Amino acid sequence: MSALTSLSAKDIAAGVRRGDFSAEAVVKSHLDRIAAVDAKVRAYLCVLADSARAAARAVDAKRAAGKALGTLAGVPVALKDNICLAGAQATCGSRILEGYKAPYDATVTERLKAADAVVLGKTNLDEFAMGSSNENSAYFPTKNPWDLARVPGGSSGGSAAAVAARMAALALGSDTGGSIRQPAAFCGLVGLKPTYGAVSRYGLVAFASSLDQIGPLARSIDDAALALSVISGHDPKDSTSAPSPARDYLAESAGDLGGLRLGLPREYLEGGLEPDMQGALESGLDALKARGASVREVSMPHTRYALSVYYVIAPSEASSNLARFDGVRYGARRHGAGGSLLELYEETRGAGFGPEVKRRIMLGTYALSSGYYDAFYLKAQKVRTLIKGDFDAAFKDVDLLVTPTTPSAAFRFGEKTDDPLQMYLSDVFTLPCNLAGVGGVSVPAGKSAQGLPLGLQFMARPGEDHLLLRAARAVEAAGLFSGEPDL
Amino acid sequence: MSWETVVGLEVHCQLGTRTKLFCPCSTASFGKPANVNICPVCTGQPGVLPVLNRAAVELAFQAGLAFRCRIEPRSVFARKNYFYPDLPKGYQISQYELPFAQGGTLAIAGKEVRLHRIHMEEDAGKLLHAIGSEELPYSLVDFNRAGVPLIEIVSEADMRSPEEAFDYLTNLKAVLQYAGISRCDMEKGELRCDANVSVRRPGEPFGTKVEVKNLNSFRAVRDAIAYEVVRQSRAREAGEAIRQETRQWDAAAERTEPMRSKEEAHDYRYFPEPDLVPLVAEEAWVARLKAALPELPAARRARFVAELGLSDYDSGVVTAERALADYFEEALAAAAPEAGAKQVANWVQSDFLARVKAEKTSPDRAPVRPAMLGEIAKLVASGSISGKAGKDVFAACWETGKKPSDIVAELGLAQVSDEAAVAAWVDEAVKENPQAAADFRGGKPAAAGSLVGAVMRRSRGKANPALVNKLIKEKLAS
Repeated sequence: MSALTSLSAKDIAAGVRRGDFSAEAVVKSHLDRIAAVDAKVRAYLCVLADSARAAARAVDAKRAAGKALGTLAGVPVALKDNICLAGAQATCGSRILEGYKAPYDATVTERLKAADAVVLGKTNLDEFAMGSSNENSAYFPTKNPWDLARVPGGSSGGSAAAVAARMAALALGSDTGGSIRQPAAFCGLVGLKPTYGAVSRYGLVAFASSLDQIGPLARSIDDAALALSVISGHDPKDSTSAPSPARDYLAESAGDLGGLRLGLPREYLEGGLEPDMQGALESGLDALKARGASVREVSMPHTRYALSVYYVIAPSEASSNLARFDGVRYGARRHGAGGSLLELYEETRGAGFGPEVKRRIMLGTYALSSGYYDAFYLKAQKVRTLIKGDFDAAFKDVDLLVTPTTPSAAFRFGEKTDDPLQMYLSDVFTLPCNLAGVGGVSVPAGKSAQGLPLGLQFMARPGEDHLLLRAARAVEAAGLFSGEPDL
Repeated sequence: MSWETVVGLEVHCQLGTRTKLFCPCSTASFGKPANVNICPVCTGQPGVLPVLNRAAVELAFQAGLAFRCRIEPRSVFARKNYFYPDLPKGYQISQYELPFAQGGTLAIAGKEVRLHRIHMEEDAGKLLHAIGSEELPYSLVDFNRAGVPLIEIVSEADMRSPEEAFDYLTNLKAVLQYAGISRCDMEKGELRCDANVSVRRPGEPFGTKVEVKNLNSFRAVRDAIAYEVVRQSRAREAGEAIRQETRQWDAAAERTEPMRSKEEAHDYRYFPEPDLVPLVAEEAWVARLKAALPELPAARRARFVAELGLSDYDSGVVTAERALADYFEEALAAAAPEAGAKQVANWVQSDFLARVKAEKTSPDRAPVRPAMLGEIAKLVASGSISGKAGKDVFAACWETGKKPSDIVAELGLAQVSDEAAVAAWVDEAVKENPQAAADFRGGKPAAAGSLVGAVMRRSRGKANPALVNKLIKEKLAS
């Protein structure tokens, strides 16, 4: 493995700026790494080698011309394949978008380019971000670099595996109910879901609009902070984007935890934790206390409804968001010659969507139907308000909430595919955060007996994503997790 | 006992913005090739988001204010979900439970029609089934219209005849045009109307209503309602129940027909649009928009009567359209003080409107500009040219676009008011018509007519008629 693939995004950018190495060399080493190990991991749906090399050369030329380079100068970044890059595919892991090329850049893509980052390729995901293991990708499952027999998590499993396997310095994913944090936990990465509205959703193919948020997957807090600084800030193209300007999360996430109050929500731990996870949580808490934070128990009584509420609201929005995939304007159209319009819809969508997507479209269509709307969608929105109220109340007493990111370490392929509910339950700790619109981060805090990464999750008040990073930094600094996957 | 007609109207009106409701694409698509005013947002590409056009909101709010609606402090956009190839996202962004305006009224002859609500929504695209006269074995979609801002104005079922519906539409259009909210050009699809029609015995609850679509003109609305009333009352007379359905008007056959596949009610699965935040109508903003509303037709009509002394009828004619009322006021400014409001109104109503209609143009596009018509009225009122010559000048103005005074000079139409010149023509006329002169002297004042005619022939119509009459009387009295 070349030394360049082991560098952090922060060090790559600094090295490129100083001229220690060229952006082209950085990209080349990562492309070589992809060529060497991606056949095993299968993180990428497509590698954009030519455009990546060209972009890297442009960064080098900019430096040669004496111009200042951006925050992520020459940093190779992987994009989840539901985030648009003009001229590149955006399959969302679905057959229905096979062959589709995005005609525009997502706002985050534009901002990465403006910061002189280099997009290496598009990564695998559960179809339309619906899943927790990457097994719902219509193309192939991505494997966990720490144990190829296990899932990388999902839905941003490709992005997580790419960064964990040193096939990218940084990746962007999307998180609707844990899709950044859970794969980050499974792959030993920092995964950040920013406060709803902190990062523009323009150019992220919508799954559930009121829950979706783009965020970084990185190997360090510094890298996550740099990435968030680049992609966040108000975007006039997204009406739900917060009016706040860009921030320097690297600076804001520095500092100790003196006086910071942490809350441990009782309801998250009621079922008991696996011993490995319990151990990781306790070591993490010790590290936090050692740096000046206080920890107390808090109650969030509506937590147990989060899963049900999520599986009404997310599918409802999805059923509408996915209506545009009708075979009329783009994507794979299927219909018999001389067929009717209804046949065009039925055949295109019948063949184009996988079983999990169809299940959720049906759930959502049902929940929004006349006669059921009040009992399902409206009721779920009311309970969502109660869940948000739990967070508001907790944040009166504490500054941050801390929980395990997942109930267990990465599971094996096929372990949960026959039982959707078991699969849904793997997101039980991460869902409430999206329902409340608050930010959450997962940080590696140890390993299981089998040597698999375990993650701790922090959640903070809306707009206080810097506190998430500050607390996670204390866990990182405690050195509870180390090493890299052996591929 | 007779049947009472009950009508409610749903009018879709295109807001006169430069750009679409949720993206920066142009709305100027009439006559343009298909799919030129499109972008990722209005073609529903994956990942795009809507951004509400503030100018559209302001026009919509002004529409609400012009109809004296209650502007809701908070309204919410909703998704109306259904599949159709002209609907790029598989849902239309509209407003459902919380529209931006509720209540309101519109005056028509003899009554006030109540409005139920006004909401904002985006238009869909258009399907093409043929190129020219060639039928296609498939359909094409043009998304130029997709995302164009509309308001839907829903009335209460307050109209009781086809004529009242016609009046309602006429006045509604006038208000929308006056307030600068829409051009309301039906040919361009800027104004579309569906009618809900039912019949009942007076005093009974409302009967089952039928929705009539494909109404391409106000006349079609009136005729379709009249047809439906006959159809429904005959059915009721025969003891048949009216089926709740959607029918379409066939203008050529002059009848309504049931529309296919509308039998089962659609379930649009409305829910609040999560990509947009609720629309908050701040009081100060609404007050500013209200203050900026131009004078509306009823106020202008009343002002023309009170301040200019026009009859209610004349005022009604010249204020029917904002463009005509503007034209009238400009013409009056150019005609004053020699010609008054009544005279200018006469010019506008007679020569001008007749020509505008004959040429199928509009006041703002007419070649005779208001200042020109004002000048013609002034020339006639001051006696510089005769009324007859004024009409000729108007016609020449229309053809050439030249200034009236230049035409008067070119055609030598200036009226002769010089006493000596007219007296000479009178002398000759009396000499040539001794019998008429004798009759007049003998007590037949009507005999002066042929003398006046003789003077006019000699002067080629240029002699000032008042002066001719005066001089004839003086000459024959001596």
